[in-house]
Amino acid sequence: MERPNTIEAERLVREFKKGPRAVDGIDLRVEPGEIYGFLGPNGAGKSTTVLMLTTLLPPTAGTARVAGYDVVREGPDVRATIGAALQEAALDGLLTGREHLRLQATLQGLPRAERPARADELLERVGLMEAADRKVRGYSGGMKRRLDLALALVHRPRVLFLDEPTTGLDPQSRAALWTEVGRLAREEGVTVFLTTQYLEEADVLADRVGIIDHGRIVAEGTPAELKAQVGRPTVEAMPADERIADVLARFGEPVPSAKGVAVRLAGDADLTAIVRALDAKGLLVDNLQLHQPTLDDVFLAKTGRSLEGAGDEEEAASRGLAMQPAA
Amino acid sequence: MSDAADQIFVLARRSVVRTSRQPAQWIAPLVFPMLLLAVNSGGLKAVTHLPGFPTDSYVAFALAVPFIQGALFATMNAGTELARDIQTGFLNRLALTPLRGAALLAGHLGGVVALGLVQACFYLAVGLAVGVRPASGVGGVAVLLVFAALIALAFGSLGTWAALRTGSAESVQSLFPVFFVFLFLSSMAIPRNLIQQAWFRDVANANPVSYLLECVRSLIITGWNGEALGLGFGVVAAVGVGALALSARALPQRLAR
Repeated sequence: MERPNTIEAERLVREFKKGPRAVDGIDLRVEPGEIYGFLGPNGAGKSTTVLMLTTLLPPTAGTARVAGYDVVREGPDVRATIGAALQEAALDGLLTGREHLRLQATLQGLPRAERPARADELLERVGLMEAADRKVRGYSGGMKRRLDLALALVHRPRVLFLDEPTTGLDPQSRAALWTEVGRLAREEGVTVFLTTQYLEEADVLADRVGIIDHGRIVAEGTPAELKAQVGRPTVEAMPADERIADVLARFGEPVPSAKGVAVRLAGDADLTAIVRALDAKGLLVDNLQLHQPTLDDVFLAKTGRSLEGAGDEEEAASRGLAMQPAA
Repeated sequence: MSDAADQIFVLARRSVVRTSRQPAQWIAPLVFPMLLLAVNSGGLKAVTHLPGFPTDSYVAFALAVPFIQGALFATMNAGTELARDIQTGFLNRLALTPLRGAALLAGHLGGVVALGLVQACFYLAVGLAVGVRPASGVGGVAVLLVFAALIALAFGSLGTWAALRTGSAESVQSLFPVFFVFLFLSSMAIPRNLIQQAWFRDVANANPVSYLLECVRSLIITGWNGEALGLGFGVVAAVGVGALALSARALPQRLAR
């Protein structure tokens, strides 16, 4: 009987010699057909976790199972089940896209007769049919990423690992990749473990998100659950006017605003009620915005830092540079 | 074809295709040894008048050198290509497939051997074109090609080991001058028994490259010579087995799976 395509980790640890604890006892469980977004800044431990789950790096402690197979003791079974597109699209610039797919199909043990058709099918699916016979060194970053994804799918894996698949891609390529990843999970039941440092990517694509910082998972849940943990939406109105602030204060707790006045909405308040209240007072408002909490707010709440720039801060710290406090 | 044979074949083909698409990788091993052969044959022709020199054709004597130089290029190419796969992460891609380590080594070295054979045929064709006639006949040519393939395999394995140990194409390339020193301190330019400097003769006697050269030379100049063939094949077997064992030991650590 086929095992469920889950991913499980218990107290997973990876220490490097003379280095920090890159992964520091993480627990996670990803259900079959789920897209799990692993969100964190550079150096948080995302890629190290992927390397351990794909059997490329042995854990220092803890256990992990992919599709029910232990990543240390049953490596070949794990590798037969998974597809992976790692952080750098590891391609051979001198081979064509089609040559890559045929090589991968052979190494994955696909029957000889099936290889050309499978290569064509995947080239078509990732939109590379026209470029199939061109050397990969002439591909754009987006094309390389799409080929990388196609290579990961050659043997029809039931679990897919994507390590920062859209880093450096233009918005169009990013959207195309999101569509394909979503389709794989929804239509083919593939379990997807996706690392990213992009808030939007985790928000749009992932069914559940795990936020990792300094090797530890600091928050986990659906994007909506995580954002709900942080609080209610805020409403911001411009210009900064005391009378507008008084009206807004009836709908929630005032919060600082750089450009105008703002409140965090109370339980059942909504934007239409605020608009009516402002209109009833005859107040003119230049701009009225509803801000939903973001995953960055979640990261900020859990770590005290903003996700954007957190990686730079860690890289600077690792180079021994003291971060100067803001003036 | 079995899965393993299929895997070896596609990896060997990739190795050949990669080399064929990088002209510098195949032009240099073909042209430079021939240039050196032309220069040496012109400049050192008078050496053939020395009493005890085994032939009156310096080209025939020196034709052995390109075979060893070709092997050095094979070492470089094999090592550099593998190191590049490590650096770009392509080896990780291979590690994520059911590919066995032995098949990976065999495929990689299969390509090196194929290219070594192409080089050997080219050197031989040039030799025939300028009038060299192998004393051991057609059978000797066949043995020569087998020997060339084994040299490419042995030295390619050395390059492979260096790549697996260092993971750096630059480090592998830094070995090239070291190998060339071995070549120049051998019986490359003159038979060992005619070397006048005692220290140089001692070094050439101890240098395994001398025996590789003399094995090739025996097939071209003197015909079937059991001692030269035994020493040549013995040296290449020792280097090959040793380097392959070291590579096989280093591979699992590099694959890290």
